[in-house]
Amino acid sequence: MTFKLVIRRLVFLVLVIWAASTIVFFIPRLSSRNALRERFGELARTGGFSPEDLEKIIANMNQQFGLDQPLLTQYWHYLGNIVRLDFGYSLYRYPSTVSDLIAQSLPWTIGLLLVTTILSFVIGNLLGAISAWPRAPGWLRGFATPFILLTGVPPVIMGILLLFFIGFRLKWLPLGGAYSVGVVPTWTWVFFFDLMRHQILPALALIFGSVGGWVLSMRGMGITIQGEDYVNFAEHKGLTAGRIFRDYYVRNAMLPQVTGFALALGTVVTSAIIVEGLFGLPGIGTMLNLAIRSNDFPTIYGIVLFITIAVAVLMTVVEFILPLLDPRIRHS
Amino acid sequence: MNVTLMQSAMESSTPMHALRAATADPVLRVRNLEVTYYTDSGRAKALDNVSFTLNSGEKLGMVGESGSGKSTMALAMMRMIKPPGRIEGGQVIVGDTDLMSLDQEGMRKARLSKIAYIPQGAMNSLNPVMRIGAQMVDAVKSHLPGEPKAAIEARCRRALQSVDLDASVFRMYAHELSGGMKQRVCIAIGILLDPHVIIADEPTSALDVVTQRQVMETIDNVQKQINAAVILIGHDMGLMAQFVDKVAVMYAGRLVEMSTVREMFTDPKHPYARALISSLPSLENKGVFQGIPGLAPSLLRLPSGCAFHPRCSSAMAMCGTTRPEPRILPGGRSVTCHLYDGEASHG
Repeated sequence: MTFKLVIRRLVFLVLVIWAASTIVFFIPRLSSRNALRERFGELARTGGFSPEDLEKIIANMNQQFGLDQPLLTQYWHYLGNIVRLDFGYSLYRYPSTVSDLIAQSLPWTIGLLLVTTILSFVIGNLLGAISAWPRAPGWLRGFATPFILLTGVPPVIMGILLLFFIGFRLKWLPLGGAYSVGVVPTWTWVFFFDLMRHQILPALALIFGSVGGWVLSMRGMGITIQGEDYVNFAEHKGLTAGRIFRDYYVRNAMLPQVTGFALALGTVVTSAIIVEGLFGLPGIGTMLNLAIRSNDFPTIYGIVLFITIAVAVLMTVVEFILPLLDPRIRHS
Repeated sequence: MNVTLMQSAMESSTPMHALRAATADPVLRVRNLEVTYYTDSGRAKALDNVSFTLNSGEKLGMVGESGSGKSTMALAMMRMIKPPGRIEGGQVIVGDTDLMSLDQEGMRKARLSKIAYIPQGAMNSLNPVMRIGAQMVDAVKSHLPGEPKAAIEARCRRALQSVDLDASVFRMYAHELSGGMKQRVCIAIGILLDPHVIIADEPTSALDVVTQRQVMETIDNVQKQINAAVILIGHDMGLMAQFVDKVAVMYAGRLVEMSTVREMFTDPKHPYARALISSLPSLENKGVFQGIPGLAPSLLRLPSGCAFHPRCSSAMAMCGTTRPEPRILPGGRSVTCHLYDGEASHG
């Protein structure tokens, strides 16, 4: 039963990745723009070689990138490359490969996103659960309110406000960058603290933007669950309030939230692009931003495809976690 | 009188309860229990001056229309009345502890260990994401924190056994059980700590008739094992008649009559109880279906005097003005009706 489910999910995952890579492959080929021509035309304009040389270079490049092959052959090669996570060369930073660029910027993004997404999920759900729990003290329940208000503020505005007040006015935290100018990354505590100081504001911008959403949905679930018979019966059994809260109330209210978490993963990337740009962090978002501005098509497609694969894989992982949390899913 | 009771007690074991009723110390004494719901449209007195006494081993059936206060009564005894409801006064004495005088923590400990509540478990009373065993173990742990794990598990398995459930249920989830099995699990949880009093709130609704009977027999068996006093709440007079010793009839938040089951079915005293009994379909008068005229009154606007007087066939002039108080008739039954003002032994 469970085995069949795993296989079905994995097949589905492969299909999603295949569909995404196919779209990413064909969309640029529908366009009339030629990335190579534009890139080398630009170089030719700044001088260095004649138009005939340009044609030769482009022909050479077309051959090297396999663009002179029939479309289906190209597609077949491309799929083979995807399997090896080879997204080709960056035009702008040739001969760096797109995979290299992703590998360079990925740790920054993962570090920030993983921590903030998990933190806001935990904080938001806890606050939401408490705010709907009738036996929680009033002052504790009130904690949720400011976060609910902040839900309406987009991360950009939040980031700008934080930068202005905490970074610029109060000068408590740096205005941008991943670490201080002139500092060489090393495995020391000094560098680590410098790094962390630079991550606080972007992290706060992301957390403030997303906690409220979790608070609201968890609060809604909590209000439903606390009226359930099993929560009442738990109290009749004489369980301590803490145990009822944890095992009967939160444990059940959490279930739809985990699905929500999987869905939120997709939007997390979007806010990362904005926040990384705002704070000048060297992550995937900044890399994508740069690639778009410099017409670096292979990098754009590589990053988009990579993000799609990453989100699809994470969603599948969450789907595998769900049956562990809810035994009723295991049997359907 | 005591001599005859003694003799009958020696002859068979069944009237033993009757003997206890007369002599033994009562295990449950409810005194002047009052509950009010503070709603937007006014105060609703859901429980009005309810008093009764139960001995260990006794089974009391509590009947009445919806909204008559049966469930409120059960919740009040567990001190689980939630706002806007409030327990206004009274005592619920189990053994020699007045539950109303306990603090929050004391009441938490009293639940399940002194007084247990068995919900209508067929639907939704078990946590869907925890194994049945875990839901039994956590109940025991909350009351006996020092108990070793093996002893707790043994206790849980014993409880499952006494409700005729297989030991494998311990490892199962609620959705893997049938309605009747879920109800038995709830009963098993209720008896985990051998409580003195068990309240079963409509334990058989939402079950089919065959399962209803099995569940009732289960309750009957476990209460014999631990000799607890049982309060059975329900609408089904017929089912109840087969299992309980005493019947209490509630109307508009008051206990209008409490008699032994035989007295109640052969000679009901209160006009409402009489109407209830005669509304039961019987084999003799097939096709003739007798209801009770009128509707149950709203608790927000109770009729003056006796709340039942507008529907009562034997109403007198004073019923509309003076509220009757509960009276003990000779023989020990309690009636709240002006018809018996003269007969009361000592009110």
